[in-house]
Amino acid sequence: MIETVTKVDLPVDESLRILKNRIQRGEGRRISIVTGTHGDELEGQAVCFEVAKKVNEHLECLNGTVDIYAALNPLGIDSITRGIPGFDLDMNRIFPGSEDGVMTEYVASKIVGDIKGSDVCIDIHASNIFLREIPQVRINTETAKTLVPLAGFLNVDFIWVHAAATVLESTLAYSLNSIETPTLVVEMGVGMRLTREYSQQLTDGIFCLMRHLGIWSGEVTEPRRPIVSTDGQVQFINAGASGIFIPQVEHTKQVKKGDYLGDIVNPLAGIVEQRILSPCDGMVFTLREYPVVDEGSLIARILEVQG
Amino acid sequence: MKRETIFELKSLYRDSFRITGLTFGRGEKSACIVGALRGNEVQQLYTCSQLVRALKRLEAEGCINSGKSILVVPSVNTYSMNIRKRFWPTDNTDINRMFPGYELGETTQRIAAGLFDAIKDYKNGVQFASFYIPGVFVPHVRIMKTGYENVDMAREFGLPYVVIRDPRPYDTTTLNYNWQVWEANAFSVYAGTTDTINRGDVTLAVNAVLNFLHKEGILKSSGCAHEGYITKIIAESDLVNVQARTAGIIDSFVPPGTNVMRGEVLAQILDPFEGSVRSQIISPTDGVVFFAQEDPLVYANASVYKIVHM
Ligand SMILES: [Zn+2]
Repeated sequence: MIETVTKVDLPVDESLRILKNRIQRGEGRRISIVTGTHGDELEGQAVCFEVAKKVNEHLECLNGTVDIYAALNPLGIDSITRGIPGFDLDMNRIFPGSEDGVMTEYVASKIVGDIKGSDVCIDIHASNIFLREIPQVRINTETAKTLVPLAGFLNVDFIWVHAAATVLESTLAYSLNSIETPTLVVEMGVGMRLTREYSQQLTDGIFCLMRHLGIWSGEVTEPRRPIVSTDGQVQFINAGASGIFIPQVEHTKQVKKGDYLGDIVNPLAGIVEQRILSPCDGMVFTLREYPVVDEGSLIARILEVQG
Repeated sequence: MKRETIFELKSLYRDSFRITGLTFGRGEKSACIVGALRGNEVQQLYTCSQLVRALKRLEAEGCINSGKSILVVPSVNTYSMNIRKRFWPTDNTDINRMFPGYELGETTQRIAAGLFDAIKDYKNGVQFASFYIPGVFVPHVRIMKTGYENVDMAREFGLPYVVIRDPRPYDTTTLNYNWQVWEANAFSVYAGTTDTINRGDVTLAVNAVLNFLHKEGILKSSGCAHEGYITKIIAESDLVNVQARTAGIIDSFVPPGTNVMRGEVLAQILDPFEGSVRSQIISPTDGVVFFAQEDPLVYANASVYKIVHM
């Protein structure tokens, strides 16, 4: 059933509604699937669709509650805006929000209040328009003990356990994790696009996790065994020059130290500004998708294979 | 005055991105003043330009104490200014969320690192800041309660108010916070508007910085007619937040600086199609309007005013 999580009036003849689809059968546990905090990240849309469709078609396999929040930032999704339009604000920096706060904070607090109490929450992100990501779960070291075992069911390739950062305390996931609602942040694919292979992969993973939690009794696939890694094993490659990045390597490929990853070129002059080589052996799990780069722009991240 | 490029990034098709610094006097790094960090901070840019004008004159008159130097950085984000955007042109990141920066990191981290490296050793740091909500403030100095803050020095600006506020999670990445971590005395000066110019507030802000530089022994004379106000110190939590209950068009009756009484009607929210009054905004307290938002369309729960309780 489609329910309204919160509704606020906009200035001119329109209401903003945050909606969720609650699919419920039996007394089992509750999973929340959340996406669309960043309006330019769409990979989660296909996952929401697949999950809702499959659960509806096989309600007999459900024992518990599936809550689907497909658009936490509906104005952003509609207007191809990453942040909250009109506020120039990253929605994932305003949680837990405040009941008495301005509209954005009010909405944030209502969202947190509604998801609160889920046995698990999956917050699906899709990188940004610049970078393509392999399906991965990102976990703060502080919550690694509880979350890494759960993330193992999600059928992703990679679990990145990263250092805690003060700025990340205002994310949805941090807020929920700090009120005993275990929340897994998935990053996959690229902004403004759908990668059907990845949405299917994560959808399968969500059903694996649901089965593990006793919410789903239907057939599931065997989840992939993800690589679990810490910051120390991730190598960043940033552009040393401004220009147009032309990749020579495919995303998700294994590379050796010194392998040719691509060039930053100056099209006007017809020259290569920088030839980019891999600094280590490993897997290219992040690759630049958007060709225009400034000096400093992230080109790739490589998960280093320990020799 | 010595003009130099503090930081430079080459671009594919645009002119190089440059941060320009203007130095007055020679010797100890006494004070650094940073103007616009965002592309829409035109008031802050203009304030810096007027400060530079005053410092040029004072320098020519021999009014900078020997062994003291002052660095002014009018704009840190000329690229965004020139395309009328608040944040970084390509990825929309905020340079004032990137400090202390990282010279091998993302573009705006490199910019922050390049700037911070050039300004971190100054004993005093002043930033002309703006608020994320478009609106007008009564001129004030803002300092963060980090344990290093210096309230008495903040009085030397002679602005009507000093606001002390508790740091929030994002503050660890701001210029002001990192200046303090680096043991500089850091002050944010808020004067008036952001993307439009208000000359009266510009004069106040320029005089405030000159008075401060004089009292800190950096200038022999401030060149100003008077030393400003007797400052009232308030905590940010003392500011009473007044919100619009309904969305619509706002008709505001009280500009910043107005004395208001409890129960007074401060504004009304109108139905945008019919012009009828949807709700009134009533002052919850006796006080002075400290901040007034400027957008004619308001959202429900929007912070419309902040009032200093009297
Ligand atoms: Zn995201």
